[in-house]
Amino acid sequence: MVQNYVRTKMSPDMAPPATETGIIGWVMKNLLSSWLSVVLTVFGAYVIYLIVPGVVEFAIVNAIWVGKDGLDCRSIADGGRVQDGQAIGACWPYVQAYFSQFIYGRYPLEERWRVDIAMFVGVVSLIPLLIPTIPYKRENAIFLLGVYPFLVTILLTGGNIGIGNGAWGFLAILMVLGVGFVVFQAKTTQSIQISSGLKIVAAIGVAIAIVYLALGFDYGMLDVETPLWGGLLVTLVVAITGIVASFPIGIILALGRRSEMPVARLVSVIFIEFWRGVPLITVLFMSSVMLPLFLPEGVQFDKLLRVLIGVTLFSAAYMAETVRGGLQAISRGQYEGAMALGLSFWQMMGLIILPQALKLVIPGIVNAFIGLFKDTTLVLIVGLFDLLGQVQASFTDPVWSSPATSHTGYLFAAMVFWVFCFGMSRYSIFMENLLHRGHKR
Amino acid sequence: MAEAPKKSSSKKTSTKKSATKKSNGSAARAAEPAETQVKMTVSDEVAIEITDMHKWYGDFHVLKDISLKVNKGERIVICGPSGSGKSTLIRCINRLEEHQKGKILVENIELTNDLKKIDEIRREVGMVFQHFNLFPHLSILENCTLAPIWVRKMPKKEAEEIAMHFLERVRIPEQALKYPGQLSGGQQQRVAIARSLCMNPKIMLFDEPTSALDPEMIKEVLDVMITLAHEGMTMLCVTHEMGFAREVANSVIFMDEGQIIEQNEPEGFFNNPQSDRTKLFLSQILH
Ligand SMILES: Nc1ncnc2c1ncn2[C@@H]1O[C@H](COP(=O)(O)OP(=O)(O)OP(=O)(O)O)[C@@H](O)[C@H]1O
Ligand SMILES: [Mg+2]
Repeated sequence: MVQNYVRTKMSPDMAPPATETGIIGWVMKNLLSSWLSVVLTVFGAYVIYLIVPGVVEFAIVNAIWVGKDGLDCRSIADGGRVQDGQAIGACWPYVQAYFSQFIYGRYPLEERWRVDIAMFVGVVSLIPLLIPTIPYKRENAIFLLGVYPFLVTILLTGGNIGIGNGAWGFLAILMVLGVGFVVFQAKTTQSIQISSGLKIVAAIGVAIAIVYLALGFDYGMLDVETPLWGGLLVTLVVAITGIVASFPIGIILALGRRSEMPVARLVSVIFIEFWRGVPLITVLFMSSVMLPLFLPEGVQFDKLLRVLIGVTLFSAAYMAETVRGGLQAISRGQYEGAMALGLSFWQMMGLIILPQALKLVIPGIVNAFIGLFKDTTLVLIVGLFDLLGQVQASFTDPVWSSPATSHTGYLFAAMVFWVFCFGMSRYSIFMENLLHRGHKR
Repeated sequence: MAEAPKKSSSKKTSTKKSATKKSNGSAARAAEPAETQVKMTVSDEVAIEITDMHKWYGDFHVLKDISLKVNKGERIVICGPSGSGKSTLIRCINRLEEHQKGKILVENIELTNDLKKIDEIRREVGMVFQHFNLFPHLSILENCTLAPIWVRKMPKKEAEEIAMHFLERVRIPEQALKYPGQLSGGQQQRVAIARSLCMNPKIMLFDEPTSALDPEMIKEVLDVMITLAHEGMTMLCVTHEMGFAREVANSVIFMDEGQIIEQNEPEGFFNNPQSDRTKLFLSQILH
């Protein structure tokens, strides 16, 4: 039987019950929803109580903000100027005094504008690349990856790098090999055309020659050798070079390891397993102590350059395995769909497979980047002074010696590292959400 | 087994009959083709020619002695039990699988290891898969314009116009800016068909295009395929939709154990199968 019903009075909108919204609702739902979460909440609060007040006290409440040497951070009983009985926290004047050394190392004072320009240009061209809505991504990326590295090299070293006959000979050999490869491929597999292949080889040759000339040109700037570099500068140079260079190498290695060509697969597997099997410290030692033994007499290889190569290859091996994980998650159907449309191998990889695979492993990739950023501190072992090394070196300075100096220095270094790593982490989460929005079901 | 190609050529009469449907437009569609139209349109040009082709997966002999000739404008339906090698056969035609013996000619290009020729053939041969294989990270429109832009080097604007044209043809232009994950199975499969058509292929391969779909979506996909057939597209369809086979096929092939057991025009194939295996298969599938 049908019941007749007519609404005569409309029901007004009401606020949800207090248990659902507001602070109380949030607390009930997130902190106190069960006995276990009550216990965990209390425990968490206790841990916060143990740590946070102490840090705040040290870094802010009891901190010394002004002073001209270490005595300002010492109690009178200890030979300093601080009232006895007053708690002494962080010694910030020390960081202030050493700040520029932490950034530039022993880079000559009057040449530091070059570092400033390099960093400024880097930041200014990186930011628009990171913000998705800003156009000209391609041009921006070409500048950052194709021009900027050489600009920085010239600025920081001063250019005028002796491009010896060896380098030109290397270029000549490379060209001969390239031409040979193109002709051989064109004759045997017809997969490429001789004319277009030769054009590519010629373009690469011209590009390398331009780089040689640019690096070798005398700009009239003072030569600043890499042993003078230090601090955040070295940290950033090592980390950024490692990150940027290891990413494409890692992708190539991952593709190689999954390739159907036995030679490519074997080479990739050997490379990856070799570098993964060695600790980074060993790599650094080998590159700076052992490698010169193998090089012919008189051939010199900049120490920083050797470290850069070692770090890059080391992290490329890890990157390769991360990327391979992503590749494995892509179904065969995607490859077949792309092939059936007539896409070439590289188009298929670049347009279909890698975008999906890399998106899947963004957390892993950023993890590797963050790990690499922190691993740069190991360069201290071969005598390069990164940020942490520079901070530690300053502890020996008698002028700023005080009980709080080393604590303050480490706190400062930790904060700088944390800011960079946290930034990378947040950006990756932002990117993940952005890429997910489009095709989340 | 050398019987197969002969049969296929003897069936050319039926080929001609149905191919004329196209020239008469949809008016002639419902009517059975009249005998007088026999000589009218079917081209004697060969689209695909497979001779004595064999394929192995390791030691496993999947395809044995396959010979098959498909003329331009012909629609061929391939059926057979699971594992009989139907997918493998049509995947050999655009080199998603490699054959080890025999010869495959597609649009007069022989399939060898020559990558250039493989690319050339793939440009002319569209393929629709059971699981659609749309690219989930690209919008529907981008799925459709990708290959024209990168393979045919078409300007983006033009590619988008063509894509919209084909999306209208499969009746989902309003979905162009969505992503594949937001569409129903039937819609996704129609997008997959549109995506292939954007490359303006001469031949279309279908590998069980409806078998991953719910019944109510099967029809919308079949309708698109039927329209395509009436426009004279050369089609090879692996499908168990016998209604579709009856309506548009010139010829039905039955495969079992990697071999072509029987090939006939739909009437003869369904009403008067010759081989016992075919009879058994039909009795299972039709009832
Ligand atoms: N990559 C492969 N490696 C080894 N064997 C395979 C491979 N692909 C398919 N096979 C085998 O080859 C045979 C034919 O497979 P195919 O996919 O062509 O069958 P099918 O007729 O399409 O079946 P279905 O109707 O289930 O799709 C099957 O026995 C299958 O197990
Ligand atoms: Mg199949």
